Amino acid sequence: MKFNRIYGLFLRHFFLITRSFPRVLDLIYWPSIQITLWGFISNFFASHSTYYNNAVGVILTCAILYDFLFRTSIGFNMLFLEEIWSRNFTNLFISPIKISEIIISLVFTALVRALIGLIPAILLTSPLFGISLLDLGVHLFFLFLSLYIFGITLGIFVSSGLLRFGPSFENIAWSTMFLLAPFGCIYYPIEILPEFFQKIAYSLPLVYIFEEARNILINQSVDYQNIIKAFYLNGIYLVIGISLFYYSFEKARKKGTLINIGE
Amino acid sequence: MEYSVEVINLSKSYGKKDAVRGIDFKIKENEIIGLLGPNGCGKTTTIGMLLGLLKPSKGQININGMKIEKNRIEILQKINFISPYIELPKKLTVQQNLVVYGKLYSVKNLKSRIEYLTSKLRLEELLKKITGELSSGQKNRVSLAKALINDPDVLFLDEPTASLDPEIGDFVRTFLENYKREKKISVLLASHNMNEVTRLCSSVLMMKDGVIIDKGKPKELIAKHGRQNLEEVFLKLTRSKNEI
Repeated sequence: MKFNRIYGLFLRHFFLITRSFPRVLDLIYWPSIQITLWGFISNFFASHSTYYNNAVGVILTCAILYDFLFRTSIGFNMLFLEEIWSRNFTNLFISPIKISEIIISLVFTALVRALIGLIPAILLTSPLFGISLLDLGVHLFFLFLSLYIFGITLGIFVSSGLLRFGPSFENIAWSTMFLLAPFGCIYYPIEILPEFFQKIAYSLPLVYIFEEARNILINQSVDYQNIIKAFYLNGIYLVIGISLFYYSFEKARKKGTLINIGE
Repeated sequence: MEYSVEVINLSKSYGKKDAVRGIDFKIKENEIIGLLGPNGCGKTTTIGMLLGLLKPSKGQININGMKIEKNRIEILQKINFISPYIELPKKLTVQQNLVVYGKLYSVKNLKSRIEYLTSKLRLEELLKKITGELSSGQKNRVSLAKALINDPDVLFLDEPTASLDPEIGDFVRTFLENYKREKKISVLLASHNMNEVTRLCSSVLMMKDGVIIDKGKPKELIAKHGRQNLEEVFLKLTRSKNEI
């Protein structure tokens, strides 16, 4: 494994971001809009719902956490799609970069992209709504880390599809997060879901992460079981995702997708 | 090592369709071999397998004495490719693209390598320009710089002068001739430009329907088929139903 190659691929995307103000604006714009919108919704619920009494920041905090997950996952896919759109895919795969190096570089670049969007959004919440994400305390780090791993894992799953099926898989890349959102129990407790949906939800790390975020903010207590379960499931999905990526690469070599992917 | 590239009984099938069927050829050091054939004859598939982008259904490819299926990364370190059908990231400057690819190939003394290629390919004034805003000829020279950034032992060229004006086309051909002589690299050139092939290649492989139907030195092929030039030989072979 060569640091140079990992750094090289990171530079390829970092240069792109720094060269294009609209790209930076795009990274900042959506999270800010999202947070502002949900901030108002949050205020509304706080004054009309007993569930969220004395916990004005719960919905807004969950919105920020969800947005971080969304940005990470979409960010990973975007990096992959950029190579396809720019017809640079072949150049990348005929360079001596290993699959593991591609994944590590994209994982790191996706984090940088997500943070560029997230930090301004977090900064906005305090002056606008008097809420600080830091209320989650040291556990915030574990929740973010867990979401980051799951976001990356989803990105790897979708990129595997792009490798195997080419650009036609692009729409799936955009819709993954929307498909999973109802099962993530981001804004409501899992009991709201029908029983069958609850079974699906419990197989995803999201429900444990968001249940725990609400638990910390509303009950002022920490259930480490939720955090551990989330990491455990994340580990399983990540291993499956990486294996699938390797499998898709070999399949793409067999089917010829790597040659025709830009067309 | 006498041969940089050895292709042995190479085949590629997609289901029941054979894209390439049992082809054999070798490329020596300091040699340019031409790969000719009509569209869809299997040239791109062959190059795809040589680049490790495609997994052969049968046969073997050795580059620098190593099997590509077992040593893909090591081989990719010492080969490169240029084609008008693939591009470099358009929004990056020329210099940024060369830096990115220099890093991907772990090029030592990258700065001096970029300076060398910049000077050889007349890119000095283009370094700070956005790659997507360059003309075809300029983009072609930048792609050539990227293809040579890792000082490759073997270069695969897929229509390297397609869509170039005669002056730039001639510049690229002269550059390739000189570079091959200076660095003693092996080159596989797929082209539809018969004059280019006649000028650059010491030997030619004629492909049709996934197989090599004839091969030899350009002058020998012209004499053998009783034609005036390589283009006429190409037309005769590709239009005939029963080859040779």
